[in-house]
Amino acid sequence: MYRWLLRLYPASFRNEYGREMAAVFARERRDTRTAPGMAALWLRVIADTCVNAAAIHWDILMQDLRYTLRTLRRTPAFAVTAVTVVTLGIGATTAAFSLADFVLIRPLPFLEADRLVRVSEERPGLPRMELAPANYRDLKQMAASFEALGAYRGLSVNLVGARQPLRLQGAAMTADVLAALAVRPMIGRPFAAADDVDGAPATALVSYALWQEEFGGDPSIVGRPVRLDGEAYTVIGVMPPDFNFPSRGAQLWTAMRFVPADFVDRNHNYLQGIARLRRDVSVDAARTEMSMLAGRLQQQYPKENEQTGVSVIRLRDGVSPQSRTLLVALLGAAVCVLLIACANLTNLLLARAIVRRREMAVRMALGAGRERVLRQLLTESLVVTGTGGVLGLALAAATLPILSRLVPTALPIADTPAMDLRVVGFAIALTMVTGVAFGIVPLLQHHRDRAGEGLREGARSGGSGREGMRSALVVAEITASVVLLVMCGLLLRALWTIQAIDPGFRLEHTLTARTSLPMPKYETLGARTGFYDRVLSEIRALPGVSSAAYISFLPLGDMRGGIFPVGISGRVESRREDNVAFLRYVTPGFFQTLGIPLLQGRDVRDADRLDRQPVAIVSASFVAQFFPGQEALGRRFDFAAATREIVGVVADVKIRELTGVSEPQVYIPHRQLPDRTYEWFAPKDLAVRATGDPLALVSAVRAIVQRADAEVPLSDIQTLEQLVDGDLASRVTQVRVLGAFAGVALVLGGIGIHGLLAFAVSARVREIGIRMTLGARRADVVAMIAKRSLSLSAVGVGAGIVLAYVSGRWLQSLLVGVSPADGTTFAVAAALAAATAIAGSLRPALRAARVDPVTVIRLE
Amino acid sequence: MRDRNVNADAIAAMLPLLPATFHILVALADEDRHGYAIIQDVAARTDGSIRLSPGTLYRSIQRMLEDGLIVETDERPAPEDDDERRRYYHLTALGTAVAKAEAARLMDLVRMARARGLAPR
Repeated sequence: MYRWLLRLYPASFRNEYGREMAAVFARERRDTRTAPGMAALWLRVIADTCVNAAAIHWDILMQDLRYTLRTLRRTPAFAVTAVTVVTLGIGATTAAFSLADFVLIRPLPFLEADRLVRVSEERPGLPRMELAPANYRDLKQMAASFEALGAYRGLSVNLVGARQPLRLQGAAMTADVLAALAVRPMIGRPFAAADDVDGAPATALVSYALWQEEFGGDPSIVGRPVRLDGEAYTVIGVMPPDFNFPSRGAQLWTAMRFVPADFVDRNHNYLQGIARLRRDVSVDAARTEMSMLAGRLQQQYPKENEQTGVSVIRLRDGVSPQSRTLLVALLGAAVCVLLIACANLTNLLLARAIVRRREMAVRMALGAGRERVLRQLLTESLVVTGTGGVLGLALAAATLPILSRLVPTALPIADTPAMDLRVVGFAIALTMVTGVAFGIVPLLQHHRDRAGEGLREGARSGGSGREGMRSALVVAEITASVVLLVMCGLLLRALWTIQAIDPGFRLEHTLTARTSLPMPKYETLGARTGFYDRVLSEIRALPGVSSAAYISFLPLGDMRGGIFPVGISGRVESRREDNVAFLRYVTPGFFQTLGIPLLQGRDVRDADRLDRQPVAIVSASFVAQFFPGQEALGRRFDFAAATREIVGVVADVKIRELTGVSEPQVYIPHRQLPDRTYEWFAPKDLAVRATGDPLALVSAVRAIVQRADAEVPLSDIQTLEQLVDGDLASRVTQVRVLGAFAGVALVLGGIGIHGLLAFAVSARVREIGIRMTLGARRADVVAMIAKRSLSLSAVGVGAGIVLAYVSGRWLQSLLVGVSPADGTTFAVAAALAAATAIAGSLRPALRAARVDPVTVIRLE
Repeated sequence: MRDRNVNADAIAAMLPLLPATFHILVALADEDRHGYAIIQDVAARTDGSIRLSPGTLYRSIQRMLEDGLIVETDERPAPEDDDERRRYYHLTALGTAVAKAEAARLMDLVRMARARGLAPR
């Protein structure tokens, strides 16, 4: 029993005094006769052991720490290299982990978020379609799986009543949405059922940021009247700061207030469904119920709901597969860097352990127990990794804001992942594991040493097995850096490919902005025409402006939809998606302003009015689709509620994305947009082509819009280049991040190979000296080292190429057609890795060449 | 064992001593003792009010050995009194000097207390 207690002491102490302590204890026990006395003795002994054992462990730790700091100070190069290596490894992994944790793992910031699901319609080929209001209403009435089922749609309105007219993004929602999310406003009240009926007074909730920035954080905001797109609303509350629903940056929410007309068309799908599952209902059970209900609706409305199902997915699973791939790739890259760092650390510690074999042997010979030496080494490894861990955490915190650009916008979460306890815990765990696991490797070497061996002068360092292990580590480092380089290279090629894509319009010297026209003020053509004419004529009169025009939505801007069916007499198209085109209304001069070539016919004119023949300008792809090989001018087709005549053909532009094909486009003169029809499409995106710097025009344009109508907000001011670059921003970040990882890996690989060869050379100085005495020339010695370096890198590069090809195939969805086996990328990556290996071996090779045989032999 | 160079600064740096350390020094002042004998001596001198536990005793001994206050001695008592498990400890010159310095320090304290009537004359 007492012997067991003694095990709490450090082995060195126990070996020294254990027997005597046991003897003392035995005497005391003999002297104690009564049972209570015996109990007291045991209690005393247990307390004594705990206190003293802890104190002795602490003493040893302090001793080891002092010793470690002394030795590290004596070898600053080792200390700095090892800490740097660990910092990079842990920093990269921690940053990548906090991002992946934030986006993929952590529950969404809602109460019991795993019970939140998205409810959508699905049709063959369209897995997640919006809900039609009538279907939503019927599902809601019949569904038993949900505690609450709500619906919302995106909202974009002009707000008047704050400091300045503003363009706001948010959502119109039914009263059940907040109930389903289980979120309440921080001040005021949520939407009640009574707010959400036809004819109810209009109510709105504002975001915390909007409240702070535009209403000065005024607590009396509740009850305040504001005008949204000209309609009077009452603010009923402020949502909490972390409420990012339906997506990041939402500023305003209104009650849905369906009117009876909304429920007429079951093919007008625009609602997002969100529901909270009942506690006892699983997602699968809800799915089963929904498909049963969808079947019932199909029977009831066989025409409208043909082949229409209902899908239920967890809100958390809303991350696109591409974002997921990207994050997993990032995590993979980070783990690669960490492994390289660990391999390097092991190599450094091994080399150090071998160098210090004599020191260790001396200490053991002087009576230090093996356990004390092991403890000392472990302390040293933990000091190095601990320092690296702290620095790595700081590095991760510093890089997170950059990485946060990779957070997909579609999730209801904030944009910057927070460094919280989980992340810090992760970093600490990582550091400990690295420190212990890789601190132990050199310890194992020690175990194999017989105590006497290290004492022999000139003992040959590093047996062949040990060399083999160190070489394997260096090969692994080179392999990992090749994989990272190839990944980065492939993504870079993909980025270049996209950047080289011609969007179909000229990007330079063009200013863009949005002037969202408040409705119903501008629901008539007369009102709109007055505004456009005034704004455009004044802008065109500005010095430095060569042309200006309006369009419904700029290509590659924030609105990339707007597809309508095309009807051509005599043409029957089976597939709906083959029979549609983009609708855009434009003012005269739009094609000239964006530099879109007019291939045939004419531009729209002011004379194209409602009382004349409806006309359209179509894109080349439209002609290819609907009138292949035919003269398009003068042909007619049904589109957007009129039969229109083609009066012009323009070149294609990219509307949805740079990487996609150019879909058919139809441009209609804005003067042929009737009152109170397709108001959403009334032109509001302004484009101004400048002769010089387009941003120099901003204040003048702002003044003109302000004079024309002080209630029209001017938003989204940027150059056309910026607008298109926004599309590439996340890709640019991807490349930079992976590039940084690859760079770090390369540097670490270089350090690794340098360390290995430098060590090998110093260990073989004697051999080299003898060879040179026996007639080897310096060139032969250098060749011997170079051969070693090259054979290691050849193995590493070879393995790297194979692994990179496998991982590249998995990245394919991000590569926009760049082959995962892209030869150039592989060649460059291999060359870079080989060059680093050679650079790393230069110094050791030179050192070997400078070995003076005479000195070496004399030392013998 | 008078070969140790006793340095005043080194002695001053060790003061004040932990009570256990001082008691062990006192116990070894007149003769070399083994661990259990030290415990008994301390207990006897303090009428049983201080009873060193084995942990405290050997932790103190380890430190005192490192600091050079005591050494293990090879001189053993007569075989019939000896037990081969026991190790005997011997006070070094440094140990003696440190014990004296600590005693002087304590006497100074007592003198000061006495001057203010806090201790019996």
